[in-house]
Amino acid sequence: MTFRQLAARNPTTFFIARRLLFSIPTILAVLTVIFFAMRTLPGDPAYAILGDIATAEAIEALRERLGLNLPVSQQYLDFLLGIFQGDFGTSLVFGRPVLGEILRVLPFTLELTFASIIIGSAVGIPLGVLSALYRNRLLDYITRVVSLIGFSIPVFFTAILLILAFAVHFRWFPVISSGNSAGFSGRINELVLPALTGALSLMAMMTRATRSSMLEVLGEDYVRTARAKGAPRTIIVIRHALRNALIPVVTIIGLYFALIIGNSVLIETVFTRPGLGSLIIGSLDNRDYPMVQGLLVIYALIIVVVNLATDLSYSVIDPRVKRS
Amino acid sequence: MTRPVADEQLIPTSGSPVFRALVGAFNHNKLSWVGLGLFMALAILAIGAPVFAPFDPIDQSIMSRMKPPSAEHLFGTDQYGRDLFSRALYGARISLLVGVVSVLLGLVIGGSLGVIAGYFGRVTDTIIMRVMDVMLSFPTLIMGIIIVALLGPSLPNVIIAITATLVPKFARIARAPTIAIKERAYIEACHAMGYSDLRIMLLHIVPNILAEILVMASLWTANAIMIEAGFSFLGLGVRPPTPTWGGMIREGFEHIFQAPWMSLFPGICILLAVMSLNLLGDGLRDAVDPRLKRSKEG
Repeated sequence: MTFRQLAARNPTTFFIARRLLFSIPTILAVLTVIFFAMRTLPGDPAYAILGDIATAEAIEALRERLGLNLPVSQQYLDFLLGIFQGDFGTSLVFGRPVLGEILRVLPFTLELTFASIIIGSAVGIPLGVLSALYRNRLLDYITRVVSLIGFSIPVFFTAILLILAFAVHFRWFPVISSGNSAGFSGRINELVLPALTGALSLMAMMTRATRSSMLEVLGEDYVRTARAKGAPRTIIVIRHALRNALIPVVTIIGLYFALIIGNSVLIETVFTRPGLGSLIIGSLDNRDYPMVQGLLVIYALIIVVVNLATDLSYSVIDPRVKRS
Repeated sequence: MTRPVADEQLIPTSGSPVFRALVGAFNHNKLSWVGLGLFMALAILAIGAPVFAPFDPIDQSIMSRMKPPSAEHLFGTDQYGRDLFSRALYGARISLLVGVVSVLLGLVIGGSLGVIAGYFGRVTDTIIMRVMDVMLSFPTLIMGIIIVALLGPSLPNVIIAITATLVPKFARIARAPTIAIKERAYIEACHAMGYSDLRIMLLHIVPNILAEILVMASLWTANAIMIEAGFSFLGLGVRPPTPTWGGMIREGFEHIFQAPWMSLFPGICILLAVMSLNLLGDGLRDAVDPRLKRSKEG
């Protein structure tokens, strides 16, 4: 079987393979940039870490430990090989492998991100559909004002408002989301306010995107045909219109994933919650360069994977993508 | 950002039809005037801060610590007895300055890279866009935080960090329409007349893609203001005692139980500034993209 036939027989696998191949040079380039950026830092890292009071021997010992004595080309190769073997170096603060520390807090950030996306989509998509169906009526105006505020408000301000309302006034949820709560309900209880914070801006974007996308699709010929055939309104809205309207909306989830992974720095800071964001802020404060470097690699990998997943989800929702 | 571009935009024109389209779209979408008005008002308050501020923004007064909002102190006072209204006015200067300057820099640098990549294509395109892809492989806020943390927190460094996050975005949105336009007959005519590449890019391509880029510029100014506020909130922005909205929220958050107004008012300021730019951007978008205008407002 030729390559072409193979591709024709299983287009989805071929599509995934091709996109994976294309992301390899990007990942390599990203790793290279991270490596050299961390090495062009002003001053000697060993000196920066230990400070003025350190003895010459201590600095030399640390340089040895960090591999700073080796030629740059050797350090670069070691770095790349290490990454591919899952060795991201050792944290200067924790004295433990960087990757282990990252994997320990990663679930908190992912939990926050997915919870925000689920809440934001569950509220935003139906609101967008309703807003489009009842265009220029009261519901539509209210929805549009709410979504305008939703994506104009900084996340840390949303967080503070939620804390004032639900943690200080009503005392329903804790102010601090330490991640140490025992049991499932404790964990959910701590997650509510951070997740709502993250969800608000996504909800706003989803509502908006769904609305304008629905308005466009509702005017298409196939929707008119379905209507002419006498199909029930719900079927038209869901099967004919929404499925097509969701194609651009999926991109928003992809973009949003990157946004909230970044915003988690702010959300985690406000709620004193563990996660990638609080880890990178702490590592920058402590000049834990191996940790910062490892986190950057993880962030970049997450973005590459999310972009890939976004592209692939197109081909599931819209089979036309595969053929092109 | 490969959205179909209306034909009439691609015919080289002087500025006036664009301006007419703008006023038309603004009249159609009345909220854009609200956005423009609000932003202008904030800009005037920021520029005239020394005139409008009733108190010195960094003068401490032990006698009037953490006073709630009153006729004398519209926004109340903070833990050092500083007048929060005056601090908010001065804070507007930093926010708007960082927003406008970093977006202008990002537009000029990123826009040029995008036009060059799209116009020359081939290796030039590959190299430029690969670099941009790498820059886009980090979450915006993370990249900004790393740059500020490494360079040190100061006004110029905050602007540099935000510009760096905007450059690849501007490059992307400038490149796509450039590729579409360079195939058009009038560009071919320019080549036939022996115009230089620089002249073609500056006089015949840039004016025709500028409208679309300016839409994003207004929306990204809103983003830049949010990012600056985020930096200051994390303590990575312009150093205290210089007032910034994000920094004020940070200080307010530490006293959230005793003095909630300390973080509420600066938060509302950010919300208004960002909202005004989003409204303005929507109006500009309607003017540039007739397809969207129809579907959005109908």
